[in-house]
Amino acid sequence: MEEINSLMHGFAVALTPMNLGLMMVGIVLGVLIGVLPGLGGANGVAILLPLTFAMGNTPAGQVSAIILLSCIYWGALFGGAITSILFNIPGEPWSVATTFDGYPMAQQGRAGEALTAAFTSSFVGAFIAVLMITFLAPLVAKFALRFGPPEFFAVYLLTFCSFVGMTKSPPMKTVAAMMLGFALAAVGLDTVTGQLRLTFGFTELLKGFDFLIAVIGLFGIGEILLTIEEGLDFKGMTGKMKMKVVIETWKQLPKYWKTSLRSSLIGCWMGITPGGATPASFMGYGVAKKFSPNGASFGKGDIEGVIAPETAAHAAGTSALLPMLTLGIPGSPTAAVLLGGLLVWGLQPGPMLFEEKKDFVWGLIASMYLGNIAGLIVVLTTVPFFAAILRIPFSIIAPVILVICAIGAFTVHSSMFDVWLMVVFGVIGYVFKKLDYPLAPLVLALVLGDRAEDAFRQSMLSSQGTVTIFFSNPLVGSITTLALLMLFWGPLTSLIKRIRG
Amino acid sequence: MHKSSPTQNRLSQFRRTLFAGAIAASIGLGISAPSLAWEPTKSVEFVVPAGTGGGADQMARFIQGVVTKHNLMKQSLIVVNKSGGAGAEGFLDVKGSVKDPHKIIITLSNLFTTPLATGIPFNWKDLTPVQMLALDQFVLWVNAETPYKTAKEYTTAVKAAGPSKFKMGGTGSKQEDQIITVAIEKLTGDKFIYIPYKGGGEVAVQLVGKHVDSTVNNPIEAVEQWRAGKLRPLCVFDDKVMPYNAKVTATQSWADIPTCKSQGMDVDYQMLRGIFMPGGVTKDQVAFYVDLFKKIQATPDWKEFMEKGAFDTTTLTGDEFVKWLTKEELRHQTLMAEAGFLAKK
Amino acid sequence: MSQQESNEKSAASVRVVDAVTAVIIFAFGAVVIWDSYRLGSKWGSDGPEAGYFPFYIGVILCIASVINLLNALREKPEQDGGESFVSRSSMKMIMSVMIPTVVYVALIAGIGPIPGVGIYVASALFIVLFMRWLGHYGWGKAVGVSVAVPIVFFMMFEIWFKVPLPKGPLEAMLGLN
Repeated sequence: MEEINSLMHGFAVALTPMNLGLMMVGIVLGVLIGVLPGLGGANGVAILLPLTFAMGNTPAGQVSAIILLSCIYWGALFGGAITSILFNIPGEPWSVATTFDGYPMAQQGRAGEALTAAFTSSFVGAFIAVLMITFLAPLVAKFALRFGPPEFFAVYLLTFCSFVGMTKSPPMKTVAAMMLGFALAAVGLDTVTGQLRLTFGFTELLKGFDFLIAVIGLFGIGEILLTIEEGLDFKGMTGKMKMKVVIETWKQLPKYWKTSLRSSLIGCWMGITPGGATPASFMGYGVAKKFSPNGASFGKGDIEGVIAPETAAHAAGTSALLPMLTLGIPGSPTAAVLLGGLLVWGLQPGPMLFEEKKDFVWGLIASMYLGNIAGLIVVLTTVPFFAAILRIPFSIIAPVILVICAIGAFTVHSSMFDVWLMVVFGVIGYVFKKLDYPLAPLVLALVLGDRAEDAFRQSMLSSQGTVTIFFSNPLVGSITTLALLMLFWGPLTSLIKRIRG
Repeated sequence: MHKSSPTQNRLSQFRRTLFAGAIAASIGLGISAPSLAWEPTKSVEFVVPAGTGGGADQMARFIQGVVTKHNLMKQSLIVVNKSGGAGAEGFLDVKGSVKDPHKIIITLSNLFTTPLATGIPFNWKDLTPVQMLALDQFVLWVNAETPYKTAKEYTTAVKAAGPSKFKMGGTGSKQEDQIITVAIEKLTGDKFIYIPYKGGGEVAVQLVGKHVDSTVNNPIEAVEQWRAGKLRPLCVFDDKVMPYNAKVTATQSWADIPTCKSQGMDVDYQMLRGIFMPGGVTKDQVAFYVDLFKKIQATPDWKEFMEKGAFDTTTLTGDEFVKWLTKEELRHQTLMAEAGFLAKK
Repeated sequence: MSQQESNEKSAASVRVVDAVTAVIIFAFGAVVIWDSYRLGSKWGSDGPEAGYFPFYIGVILCIASVINLLNALREKPEQDGGESFVSRSSMKMIMSVMIPTVVYVALIAGIGPIPGVGIYVASALFIVLFMRWLGHYGWGKAVGVSVAVPIVFFMMFEIWFKVPLPKGPLEAMLGLN
């Protein structure tokens, strides 16, 4: 096998003491970046990029530099889960779905378990994605090329459809929450016509509503307000502090292999096309809830509800590097910044990279294996430490969380307006939670709404207004059909049951 | 600045020449530049009015890298993306930072197109022009598997197919790519379906995947797909061929691409890659950045970057730059008015 | 009536808050419809116009909120004004956090002509206040945490990651700008 040989050569390139050291540094920095909301992986890589320029002068240095940067990326992927589980604040957009079950677990005193499950599934997802990159890269790159606007729209439709019917809130409140998300997503510049929508002449609204600010407010601040309502004498909780929790959690993970595999496939697919890690995590969660025998207990602290989105997010985050390397299109903002890094070192990503810079590409792929293993070890050792944070009394941790939220909201666009917005979203989050308006559909609509609309209207432009374009070839046709199947999954299964019964 | 009297202008021109001479001499002799009257006292924010990964972002991050690598500035340069509202977010931010010398912005054509198309309260005169770094070219690309070998063959096919049959992919709406498309339509009488995407790299890949029939990508956005034999350049939208003779593919160099004019398509359009500061900054502060970018342009890294992206390396500063901007603003106004892209008042 | 009882009393009933929320969402939906109509909300010759989707989103929002409003009003008000949304004591607690939070955000960059003190100083003040008055910690502990946290963030953002956050006169005085 040619790939195995190339990979072994890659390991030889990557496995130097210096590179191993850089891996550790990268992972730790990445986790730190991932923990702080607002300071995303893209930010972190962008900020540290200049440091690597001096390294990029030699081929070996280029490998070292990309190892450092990609480990920051993986660290950030790992780190996003931490604040989601501990404080209900997603550190990164793709860890929103992790809050659904991770935070209830932490409240039940199972933070250590949730963290271990999150980290381990991240590793599994990433590992499967790297395997795919190793052996199927050329094939996969070709597959990605088949995605035009109709295909993208079908994928987004599938994400929505796999997620509907999930909440137990009153149906009209669910509809209202989702439509609010869509409306907020429409604010700003319309890509297709270049017109400003819903800005009413306010320059602050030009950039639209950033997903992260809404999420920090709705989830983070909203949750703090709910906790405060119960009284400030709330003195923190006891969480297991021992490493034993890791082993115990590991023992129960294998029985969720189906969910892991399903989420890995969803993630790989979304990373390549490139739909991105955030939709992948939502889709992973939605599909797991639909197909798992424990689906009903999702949202109440089910470990499977942590495994599903984390696996999918990481499979997507990792496989997003493939279209970047082979096509030059970044599958995520972080990949976009890495792309810039490659350019500065004189490496032009694109179809020729795999042929002309074999050492670099295989060194990078080898570093994906090593970086992920290193990452898993680093983050697992921090589990007891992070679980212990919950023991700090609430009246110390609450103001610090509020400060972190404010900093996070500010750093997204360096805008004070966003900090105010975050406070408003906090109040909305609190009121909505108490009135049983579900937040998940709102957030999903906010993150995917404008992308889905763009894809739909691009499709309409190219078909000149004919809707049948969504069934015009086997690929888009089958995704659309799958989406519709998902939408009617609930009624369908009950219908089948009735016929059988 | 643009309102200063002729004598003042001449004086400042004289000063600038003196400066440039001194700098050129110092670089030539390898001694450090003379100490300037002003220097940044804290980190400088480098605003990119576009998203991560695009042409302007790539250039800004490249500049940041060159500055760090060659240690050209004592304080650090921090790239900040403010892409909201087709770059309006970034422009308004810099417009609002009057007299702040620790902020610079890299612009693309949206310097003109965004205010015209959206009606936001911004004009380039709200900023202080520092320097034109380069001009980015536009090339007409088709998929390499299509039979069209020349721009003429392609336009003939478009004409034969009738209106709204061929799809042109481009970045954004009512921006440079669509302006060029409309200009082509005006000349040939054809009608394309223009499909806007979010970024140039995405557009090139959509062409490789045959989801569109042609694009007007910048060279740097499509060069790798060209080298891999996936795309074919037909012509460049300039009045002269590009000067880069080194072979990009096995048989062709940038210089081998004919001008669109020679193919019967008289469209000439380049995109500004320029640097601006907020309004109200002092001459010394502007001089610092002019000098900084001179040093950047002198590095071998920069030259390599220019060649890879087949940039037009025209550099302008001071009054010449202002003159160019004034002319170019008028041109965009005409082009966009003709295309019906102006914001409704 | 003892103090205790009055604290247990409801500050607002679920019914009222539910109805008010529905009305606000309806108003938002109406604004969306209005702006979409201005942009053009028809299905043009080559697909939907800019306002097409927002227009129907607005319409659905309005319909959904009317139903939600009716549902809220249909719930029978009981003798105490229905199920409590938030009790007075809880409301007090929430306000004791919300007001300092709003003041905190206002302090960061200032409002109107009042200059801000920067995010680091504001954070320190916020934490010390919170711990002292809401957490009833001693001055020593409160000041310790409130000084340590901004310093750690300063190191992280300004020095390591080079992300400039809003700063005020103190940083300027110390030459940390």
